Amino acid sequence: MSLTSESAVALGKKIQAKEITAVEAAQAALDAIRAKEDKVHAFVTVAEEEAVLKRAGEVQKQIEQGILTNVLAGVPVAIKDNMCTKGMLTTCSSKILENFIPTYTAEAVLNLEKAGAVIIGKTNMDEFAMGSTTETSYYGATKNPWNENHVPGGSSGGSCAAVAAEECFYALGSDTGGSIRQPSSFCGVTGIKPTYGTVSRYGLIAYGSSLDQIGPVAKDVTDCAAILEAISSYDKKDSTSINRKDLDFTSALVDDVKGMKIGIPKDYFKEGLDEEVKEAVLHAAKVLEEKGAIVEEFDLGLVDYAIPAYYVIACAEASSNLARFDGVKYGYRTADYEGLHNMYKKTRSEGFGAEVKRRIMLGSFVLSSGYYDAYYLKALRTKAMIKQEFDKAFAKYDVILGPAAPSTAPLLGSSLDDPMKMYLGDIYTISVNLAGLPGISLPCGIDKKGLPIGLQLIGDCFNEKKIIQMAYAFEQTRPYQHSPLSACTEA
Amino acid sequence: MSKEYETVIGLEVHVELATKTKIFCGCSTAFGGAPNSHTCPVCTGMPGSLPVLNKQVVEYAMAVGLATNCDITKDCKFDRKNYFYPDNPQNYQISQLYLPICRNGKVEIETEDGNKKFIGIHEIHMEEDAGKLVHDEWEDCSIVDFNRSGVPLIEIVSEPDMRSAEEVIAYLDKLRLIIQYLGASDCKLQEGSMRADVNLSVREAGSTTFGTRTEMKNLNSFKAIARAIENEKNRQIDLIEAGEKVIQETRRWDDTKEYSYAMRSKEDAQDYRYFPDPDLVPVHISDEWIERVKAAQPELRTEKLARYQSEFELPAYDAEILTGTKKLADIFEATTEICGKPKKVSNWLMGETMRLLKEKNMEPEDIRFSPVHLADLIGLVDEGTINSSVAKEVFEIIFDEDIDPKQYVEEKGLKTVNDAGALRETIEKIVNDNPKSVEDFHNGKEKAMGFLVGQTMKAMKGKANPAMVNEILRELLSR
Repeated sequence: MSLTSESAVALGKKIQAKEITAVEAAQAALDAIRAKEDKVHAFVTVAEEEAVLKRAGEVQKQIEQGILTNVLAGVPVAIKDNMCTKGMLTTCSSKILENFIPTYTAEAVLNLEKAGAVIIGKTNMDEFAMGSTTETSYYGATKNPWNENHVPGGSSGGSCAAVAAEECFYALGSDTGGSIRQPSSFCGVTGIKPTYGTVSRYGLIAYGSSLDQIGPVAKDVTDCAAILEAISSYDKKDSTSINRKDLDFTSALVDDVKGMKIGIPKDYFKEGLDEEVKEAVLHAAKVLEEKGAIVEEFDLGLVDYAIPAYYVIACAEASSNLARFDGVKYGYRTADYEGLHNMYKKTRSEGFGAEVKRRIMLGSFVLSSGYYDAYYLKALRTKAMIKQEFDKAFAKYDVILGPAAPSTAPLLGSSLDDPMKMYLGDIYTISVNLAGLPGISLPCGIDKKGLPIGLQLIGDCFNEKKIIQMAYAFEQTRPYQHSPLSACTEA
Repeated sequence: MSKEYETVIGLEVHVELATKTKIFCGCSTAFGGAPNSHTCPVCTGMPGSLPVLNKQVVEYAMAVGLATNCDITKDCKFDRKNYFYPDNPQNYQISQLYLPICRNGKVEIETEDGNKKFIGIHEIHMEEDAGKLVHDEWEDCSIVDFNRSGVPLIEIVSEPDMRSAEEVIAYLDKLRLIIQYLGASDCKLQEGSMRADVNLSVREAGSTTFGTRTEMKNLNSFKAIARAIENEKNRQIDLIEAGEKVIQETRRWDDTKEYSYAMRSKEDAQDYRYFPDPDLVPVHISDEWIERVKAAQPELRTEKLARYQSEFELPAYDAEILTGTKKLADIFEATTEICGKPKKVSNWLMGETMRLLKEKNMEPEDIRFSPVHLADLIGLVDEGTINSSVAKEVFEIIFDEDIDPKQYVEEKGLKTVNDAGALRETIEKIVNDNPKSVEDFHNGKEKAMGFLVGQTMKAMKGKANPAMVNEILRELLSR
C-alpha cells in the first residue's frame, strides 16, 4: 500500500507519531500528481515543488516543537480554485481570471494553514462553479478516476477527482446546489456541505452568495469531521457567519444509530432515478435499520419546485456577483477595444464561457424591472416554503436519507448539449442549499459499469453531528474502495 | 408670459457621514491621501471579499431621521443597485431601496414672508460612495482612485413640497444645521460632503396635478442651486408656452455658463435590477437602540439659541449668528468655557472672525484656530498687556496660523509700553519736533492733538498704552 492511499487522519497520526514526516508526505503527493495528473487533470495549478517542500519542512519543525498538534498538520491538501490563496493563481476555472493572483487568503484556507496544512495546488471546477460535470472549465475537463471516459461530476469535480485519484489526502470544495455532494458521489469519496454560515465565505469567490458553503472532501467520514472541525469558525468578516459553540464534529464519530429516526422521502425515488442507484441507496437504509435505526417513508413535498427556485435565485445573485469581472481592476482584458463600453463588452464576451453567460443572462432577466416580483420574489417565497417542508420533516426524523444524484457519472461530453437535463441532475441536492441544511454524501455501492454510487444524508440546521454519526456507522459496514486510477504510479 | 405658473421642487440630498471608517470595511474615510492608499479587498471589489456593516453609519442615519421626525424602520435591509461604471469596483452599489432606514419625516422652514412651512421627507437611506476617476489627457487614459469608495452616505429624499429657490435654500440650510449639530457630517457643498440633486416641474397655478419633472445634477453651492432653479423653471415655462413638451430627463448644470444640458432621458434610463444584498443580514433596530441614540443626541440649534440668550446673556442677534453654524457655536462655547467672558468671545467671532472669513472667502467650517488661543488673546487685552489694535493684528495671525498669542507677543515685543519715563521722553521729542501742531492745539484745534497722538503711537510702533499717551501729552502741552 502506498503512502497516498492513507486517509488524511491516518497519515496525520503517523506524522504526529513521527513515523513519517510532513516533507515525505508532501513529496508523496507531488509524485502522485506527476504520475496521474495527465490522466485525471484534477488541478488548474499545482504548487511549485520547492515551495511545497519548504512549507512542509517548516510545518514539520513546528510539529516537532509541539506547536502544531492538529491531526491535519503536515497533511497535503488541494483547494478548489474558487478560494483565494495569497500569492497563488486563483482562476475559478475561468479565462476571465486567468492571471488573477489574490492579495489575501480565504478564511477557511487560513484556518487550515493555522492547523498546519500544506497546500499542494488548486483544483479544477466548473467555471465559477456553474455546472455539474467540471466540463465548463476553461482549462479543460477533469476525468473520473474510476473511468476516464466519464465526468467526475461538479462543480467541485477537481477536488473530488484529486482525492479519489489519491493525488492529495483531502480537499476543500464548495457547494451551492450540490457541488460537493454530487461529485463526491460520482468519484466514490465523502463530502460534507455544512449548515449555511458554519464555514466563513470570506475569500470564496461568490456564485450564489445565499447558498454557497465551503466543505470538506476526503476518503472517509472521520477525515471529513476532522477537516470540518478545522475550517469552521465564526468570522466577523462574513456577516452571514454564525457563532456556533458545537463545532466539535469529531465527537460524533460513534458507531451507534440505535433509535435514530430516518425519513425516506418518497418523492426522491420516483421516475428519473436510476434503478441501480435506487437499490444501493435503499440497501443502505436497510443496513442502518439492521443497526437499530428506525426507517420510515414520508412525503416531503415541493420537491419539483426546488430546481426552478434554485436557478432563479442562484443566477440572480451570480449576475450581480460576476459583474465585477470587467477588465478594469484585475483579470483578463480584451486586447483591442474602442472606449469603455466596448472594453466591457468584449472582455466579458471573450472572458466568460457559454454556461456562465447563460446564467448571467438568466439572472439579469429575473431581476429586471417588471419581472422581479414574478420570478425573483416568487423564488424567494418558494425557498421559504421548502424550508418549512424540511422543518416539518425534522420534527419527525433525525436524518433524511436519499440518493446524492439520480445516476452515476455520465460520459464526458454527454451533458452540456442539454442544460435542462443537467440542471435536473441536481434534484436531490439543491433543496438542501435552499433550506441552508447540512448534507453528507458517501459511497454506498458500485454500479455494473464500475462507477460509484453515493448515499446522501441530510440533517436539520446545525445537526451535522447526526449525519456524521449515521454516516460513520454506515461506513463501518463498508470499507473504503480505492479508485482504479489511485494505484497508478507511472505517468 | 400669459399664465401664472407654480414651480414644484423636490430634493435628493446626499450627505457624507463623519465616520472614521468606511461603511463596509475598516479603511479610513479621511479626505485626501495618496490614491488608493485607503483601500482593502472589500472597497476595491476584490473577488471573495465581503461587506460588514459599520454600526456607526446606522446610528448617524437614525440620529438624522429622529431629528427630522422620521419613522425608523425596525428591520431595514440593504439592496444592490447594479450598473457598470469603473468608479464602482463591484459594478453594483450597496444601497437601500425596499426597506430604507427612515421614512415619513418632515422639517420646518421659514418662508420668505416669515411664515412657517413643513417640508416632507419621503425617506432617508444608507449607501456607499463610489471611487473617483481621473482622466489623464496626456497619457490618453483614465485611472481610478478608490479612497472614496465605500465612504458612507445617507440620501435624504424630500417630498415635492418646495415652491421656490428660497424655500429650497431654507430647507437645505435647515438640514445642514441639523446634521452638523448631530455631528453626523460637516456638510460642505464645495468638498462634496453634501450634494443636492433638484427635481423640478412647473404647472399652471391652481393645478393639482404635477407637470413633467427634470432632475438637475452637479450643483456645488447654494448660489448655483438658486441659479439652476431659476434657469430650469424658465426653460420649462418657455417650452410650455411654445407649445412643446418637457421631457423627463436628467440634466447637468454648468454654473460658469449658467446653463444646463441633458445627460440622459427616461427612455435610456438604466434598469438597476435592485435586489436584497445576500452578503448582508437585515439590520434590526430595537426600541432600546433608538432610545440610546435619542439620549445621546446633542443639543440642537433651537435649544442652543435660547440658552445663549439666557445663560450667556447674549443679544438675540449674536446668538442667531453664533448658532448659525455648528463650528462657530463650538468655538464660542469652548472659548467661553476657558475665559468666562461670553460677550467678548462673541465680539471677536462676530467681528474680526466673520470679517476675515469673508475676506478670505472661507466658511466657518474652515476655521482652524484653537479656542485656547482666542481666550489667551482676550486675556492679554483685558490685563492691558496689549492694546486693541495690536490684538487685531495678532488675531489675524492666530486665524491664519493658530499661533500662541502669549508667546508671539513676547517674541515680537508687542507688549504695551506702560513705562511713563520712556513714554515721556518720546512725547517730549515729538512735541519739540512739531511746533506747528503745538501752536495749532493752543489755537483751539483739537485735531492737532490727534495728530500728535498718532505720531507717538507710530514712534512706539503701536505698543503705547493709549490712555497714558493722552495724559502725558496733555500735561506737556498745557505747560
